[in-house]
Amino acid sequence: MAKTAPHDIEAAIAARRYFVTRVVIYGLLALFAVIYIVPFLVVVLNTFRDNIDVARNGLISFPRSFTLEAWPVAWGSYCLNGRCEGMSSNFWNSVYMTIPATIISTLLGALNGYILSKWKFTGSDTIFTILLFGVFMPGQIALMPWAYILGTTGLNQTLWGLIMVHVIQGISFTTLFCRNFYVNIPDDLIKAARIDGAGFWRIFWKIILPLSPPILIVTVIWQFTGIWNEFLYGVVLTTGKTQPVTAAVVAFAAQEQNVKEYNIISAGVLIAALPPLLVYFFGGKYFVRGLTQGAIK
Amino acid sequence: MAVLNISGVYKSFGPVEVLKDINLDVKSGEFIALVGPSGCGKSTLLAIIAGLEKASAGIISIGDRIVNSVAPKDRDIAMVFQSYALYPTMTVRENMMFGMEARGVPRDQREAALKRVSELLQIQQLLHRKPGQLSGGQRQRVAMGRALVRDPALFLFDEPLSNLDAKLRVEMRGEIKKLHQKIGKTTVYVTHDQVEAMTLSSRIAVLNKGVLQQFDEPQRIYDHPANMFVAGFMGSPAMNFMPAQIAVKGSGTELVLAGGAVLKLGRRLSPPAIGSVIVGIRPEHLTLATSKAANTVVGKVTLVEPTGSETHVISRIGNNDVTAKFFPYQAPKLGDDVRLAVDMDRICIFDAVSEQALA
Repeated sequence: MAKTAPHDIEAAIAARRYFVTRVVIYGLLALFAVIYIVPFLVVVLNTFRDNIDVARNGLISFPRSFTLEAWPVAWGSYCLNGRCEGMSSNFWNSVYMTIPATIISTLLGALNGYILSKWKFTGSDTIFTILLFGVFMPGQIALMPWAYILGTTGLNQTLWGLIMVHVIQGISFTTLFCRNFYVNIPDDLIKAARIDGAGFWRIFWKIILPLSPPILIVTVIWQFTGIWNEFLYGVVLTTGKTQPVTAAVVAFAAQEQNVKEYNIISAGVLIAALPPLLVYFFGGKYFVRGLTQGAIK
Repeated sequence: MAVLNISGVYKSFGPVEVLKDINLDVKSGEFIALVGPSGCGKSTLLAIIAGLEKASAGIISIGDRIVNSVAPKDRDIAMVFQSYALYPTMTVRENMMFGMEARGVPRDQREAALKRVSELLQIQQLLHRKPGQLSGGQRQRVAMGRALVRDPALFLFDEPLSNLDAKLRVEMRGEIKKLHQKIGKTTVYVTHDQVEAMTLSSRIAVLNKGVLQQFDEPQRIYDHPANMFVAGFMGSPAMNFMPAQIAVKGSGTELVLAGGAVLKLGRRLSPPAIGSVIVGIRPEHLTLATSKAANTVVGKVTLVEPTGSETHVISRIGNNDVTAKFFPYQAPKLGDDVRLAVDMDRICIFDAVSEQALA
């Protein structure tokens, strides 16, 4: 019989060990994936069940009925506080609030970051430090001041009021992101452009912004999901028809009725969650790439 | 005509004074090298000329204008950076056009300038590439092209070759010199490389610790350094320094080295010096000598460094390590006892305390 060389045995042991560790790692990953996905799955499945099925078999159970009724009801005709319009108007409120607030706060952050990194002036570092406080400040602290400001300016109960609140609340984060990204752009580029004859704005539009997509994508995703999912300001500073979708979803679920219509509530939750989900789906890989970009250097 | 005049310029960053009383006068068409060790203030001086930094005191004029409070873009200058500072999102063509567009130069003039410069630098085939797709030498060329299209009164170079490898550096050095010979633009060139300064410039300004040490033609700086710093900084291998006692003997001067060797200088110093001095001898001014020769020093070889074209031999003479240059096949061997004759016409003598040259 042919002799087996000792290193072959070692290689075989190493290969087996590698295989076992992989199985353990992927097994654990799969387990956690299931833990995360199951509640989501329950909600998705519940939107397709009729209410009798839910009442009889419980909230967590396989569907024994199939209907698409819940979706149009949640969207357009569910009655809430005597209004039977579903959540569509609140959904559009959120769209009209989130898109301008995201764009304005991102542009302001880019501009602030550009100034605080490339056009430093006496005290600019102090201003940046103060701005950073906003990153660590919980939004609830500012709730009463905002209510007061919107009340005195007449912007309460309006989307413009919410847009302003979200823009200003967001500036700390967007400035931090952009400033830290721009700090890594060599100052020589700015000097060269100044000698070339470009001024503050031309350098911003022609040199800084074209270099910015990685950080702007991160900032837009961050702001969009943050503003869309925000609930507290929406529920406190607006009421009824002017509320964003998050407030409407909570109102759906909190409504006092004899029978909770779980299928409609589930559909409402999913409709409300769709835009940030899509943003992550299409922008997620840029998000991770943008966040880790500075770390590789 | 003076293109650039710097008079009495000071610069401080907080309590740190980085430039002290700098005076320079640059004539039209000159190539001036600002040279010195890192931290000597040469790049700061260039930034002040460019308008990227403000002088704490003093006057800068370009052409006939005092430009102290003129913005960089209005100073009629162009600058090439050590990092090239090419705009990464723009093509070579857009990089070169950027300055002219910012200044509102008409399209046909822009195209003409682009054509002229890209032909001059032979970068026509690179015009549609981005800086990331260029090699180091090509980037260097484009950076120069971007400066050239503007046709400014004054060119500023900030260590433009220090990011290139040794071979390319020598190549580009030659190209910069040829370019200057061809277009004759007044240039201020910052470098820490004394060879670059010697080979390129019509005059060299040597800086150390923010003070202008000497401003003169390259050969005069090499032959007659104003002080020990300049003497030691310019030239490779560096000048040898040996302490000596000086005395007047008849119509000449006698230098007694620490080891006891006597060097006779056929002239008197003026003003006359007595006491301790430092004798400076360049490595190429030492030759092998017989025992009968005058003005010799003796020592033992402690290190031999062949470079191929010449061999540097370091010998222990008295308390000093002295470097001498030889042809490879005539160089003494390690451990040899050597007697070296000093070329007395070319030695430098410095005051031992002030370190200034004595005439």
